[in-house]
Amino acid sequence: MTMARAVSSRRSLLGHSYNLVGVVASLVILAWTLVAIFAPYVIPHPIGDIVDDDYFGPMRQGLWLGSDYLGRDMLSRVLMGARYTVGISLAAVSIACFSGVVLGMIAAVTGGWLDTCLSRFLDAMNSIPSKLFGLVVVAAVGSSIPVLILTLAVIYIPGAYRFARALAVNINTMDFMTVARVRGESTVYLIGSEILPNIIRPVLADFGLRFVFIVLLLSGLSFLGLGLQPPLADWGALVRENIGGLPFAAPAVIVPSLAIASLTISVNLLIDNLPQKIRDRDA
Amino acid sequence: MTNLVEVRNLKIEATTDAGRVVDIIKGVSLDIADGEIVALIGESGSGKTTVALSLMGYARPGCRITGGEINVNGKDMAALSEKERARLRGTDIAYVPQSAAASFNPSSTIMEQVIEVTRIHKLMPPEQARRRAVELFRALSLPDPDGIGARYPHQVSGGQLQRLGAAMALIGDPKLVIFDEPTTALDVTTQIDVLKAFKSVMRAGGIAGVYVSHDLAVVAQIADRIVVLKGGEVQETGTTGEILSTAQHPYTRELLAAFEPKRRQALADADAGKKELLRIDNLTAGYGPVRDDGLPLVRAVDSVSLVVEKGRNLGVIGESGCGKSTLARVIAGIHPAAAGEIVFDGKELERAARKRGQDQLREMQIVFQYADTALNPAKPVEDIISRPLAFYHGLDRQARSKRVDELLDMVRLPRALRYRHPSELSGGQKQRVNFARALAADPKLIICDEITSALDTVVASAVIELLKELQRELGLSYIFISHDLSVVEAICDQIMVMYNGERVEQITPDKVKTPAHPYSKLLFSSVPKLDPTWLDGLVRDPALVSQYGHR
Repeated sequence: MTMARAVSSRRSLLGHSYNLVGVVASLVILAWTLVAIFAPYVIPHPIGDIVDDDYFGPMRQGLWLGSDYLGRDMLSRVLMGARYTVGISLAAVSIACFSGVVLGMIAAVTGGWLDTCLSRFLDAMNSIPSKLFGLVVVAAVGSSIPVLILTLAVIYIPGAYRFARALAVNINTMDFMTVARVRGESTVYLIGSEILPNIIRPVLADFGLRFVFIVLLLSGLSFLGLGLQPPLADWGALVRENIGGLPFAAPAVIVPSLAIASLTISVNLLIDNLPQKIRDRDA
Repeated sequence: MTNLVEVRNLKIEATTDAGRVVDIIKGVSLDIADGEIVALIGESGSGKTTVALSLMGYARPGCRITGGEINVNGKDMAALSEKERARLRGTDIAYVPQSAAASFNPSSTIMEQVIEVTRIHKLMPPEQARRRAVELFRALSLPDPDGIGARYPHQVSGGQLQRLGAAMALIGDPKLVIFDEPTTALDVTTQIDVLKAFKSVMRAGGIAGVYVSHDLAVVAQIADRIVVLKGGEVQETGTTGEILSTAQHPYTRELLAAFEPKRRQALADADAGKKELLRIDNLTAGYGPVRDDGLPLVRAVDSVSLVVEKGRNLGVIGESGCGKSTLARVIAGIHPAAAGEIVFDGKELERAARKRGQDQLREMQIVFQYADTALNPAKPVEDIISRPLAFYHGLDRQARSKRVDELLDMVRLPRALRYRHPSELSGGQKQRVNFARALAADPKLIICDEITSALDTVVASAVIELLKELQRELGLSYIFISHDLSVVEAICDQIMVMYNGERVEQITPDKVKTPAHPYSKLLFSSVPKLDPTWLDGLVRDPALVSQYGHR
């Protein structure tokens, strides 16, 4: 019974089968990405302009998502917030995953003292609580977009390293790795051509998961006031500055929360429902 | 109902992940009388295990029994509910899997697991079950039958574990036992003990059996009748004697023919055999901490010397754990030697592959046993074969593509296969790709580490024929490592017998009938013959067995 249902809800395209949840999730992600790119051209009001006489104004014509605690247009601020949340997180997760995965593969292939030193050092990094680390760095050097990106990346490198190393160690024991070594291949070839193609799918899944963590951590930092500084605001900052609207059920506090939830949940669902390659020989 | 098992027109289907329905079993019928042992024989993918499992009413995930009747002891297993089937499994029908090592729970004692069946089905009180188990241990000629139950699975050997698996199957007094390749993973000397034990227990209890195997010689010893399967259909059925002497079906004949490999004729090449290609002197290698004398604690290869002449082949034969694979890895430099010399083509080689020159690496290629792990699953065949071409010979894209075609022709694979991934190839095809990659380097010596062990008899003999042809064309030398005497005999000019890391004897194939060393005698006499009376007539020197039959 379950078998039959699983088969019928999957369609195929270009040799891959996909399902409805994955498609919806990727549409949500695509929508937020487009918003992040085109936000400056579509926002009805500049984000700093006070356009409402009232604060925490309700949804109405012209101000589709109401106004915030200063009477600024919430729609414009959420759309622009997408830019910072998605942009900063994407940059940070790219740096974190790239460095982590490359270091992890090198450690797995090389082994010996390099592996030991790298692993112990990154384990030590991992033991520092992430919020505390972010807090200290931001307090020390101040908050700016590059600092935020680098801080978030550094916090998530050890995890990406551990994950990639664990996968690569398994691949490293396969006979084709021995064959390549006896052929005399360099480390760059070994990690790029032999290992990476075999771990790329779980690494991409990890990339998505880590993106979610970074969105949440960035929102958390912004909520604490350590993230983006006014008048710029990402979604976490929007929640914090409008938290006073909670008793009035103001859309100003609900909408950015929903935005964070929709993005993170969609990424998670997409990872769980990535298109499956059809391994059927004759299909 | 006259027969214990009557299968009529059995059909089993599978659904692939593209939703396509494939017929796996296309209308198989077979009978098994009370107390009769029927062997299901065929190559991998022929459906032999699927048919055997269906006797328990079981179809593996993704498969469905879609038609036909499976009458076992008067009940149609296909029509019963899962609950009713579960009641019959272990009591009426029992199963002995291929790898007992993977089927025992490592964290509980053997006795607990053997008598678990009686507890699940409430057959007898635990005390009585334990007594019955000890009787079975004795009947299966296990050492220390009273004490062995208290041990854990890792504390007994592979051959013993396989017999304990049989004890687990027999404790519920089944009418039918299904053996799924139970001796395939065992060494020949161990296999004999296990086969003898199975045969005597089955005969004494008058139990019917289904014996799944791809090894005709093993089946000849234990089965009353043989059913030959191919492509989900019965090709031929007959008593063991009939199948062995007057096989009708071409596939059965092919199976039989694969058993008598053609002896290779000596090379006409005048140059061959005159020049030494590889010389190894007193090579020692092992594992564990290095001691004061510079040698490792556990010596897997102990002072082995050998010579391979140009255009000639050396066979290395021995049982698992004798150090033959370590020897291959030491020669290739994967596992650097602790002591000894390797002279290749007149020059002394560094012990570690890392320090050897690129040409030295190119001229000596190693081919591994499991093509599944030796080929990168993420790359198409084309990329796999063309990498050595780019790496060693620096060929450009066009030249590479041409050479890949040539290499595929050489190993008798269709050219269109170059776009496939390894997972889309059969076992024999994968091994050919594995070999083509070694050929791409233009080597002088190829070390073949058990390359036919994971293949079916018919496929393996085809691969051996291919190796012989390539040798004639390219003037290669092989070091052929195997536990299978018939394979080594078919291709090698010299055979080296290894035991416990040491070389015990080196002989030529025409003298394998009369080896000098006692271990070689034991090993060679343990290889099953097609003659059904071979096992019963086999007399082994008990002193020899206790000295060398290490499990």
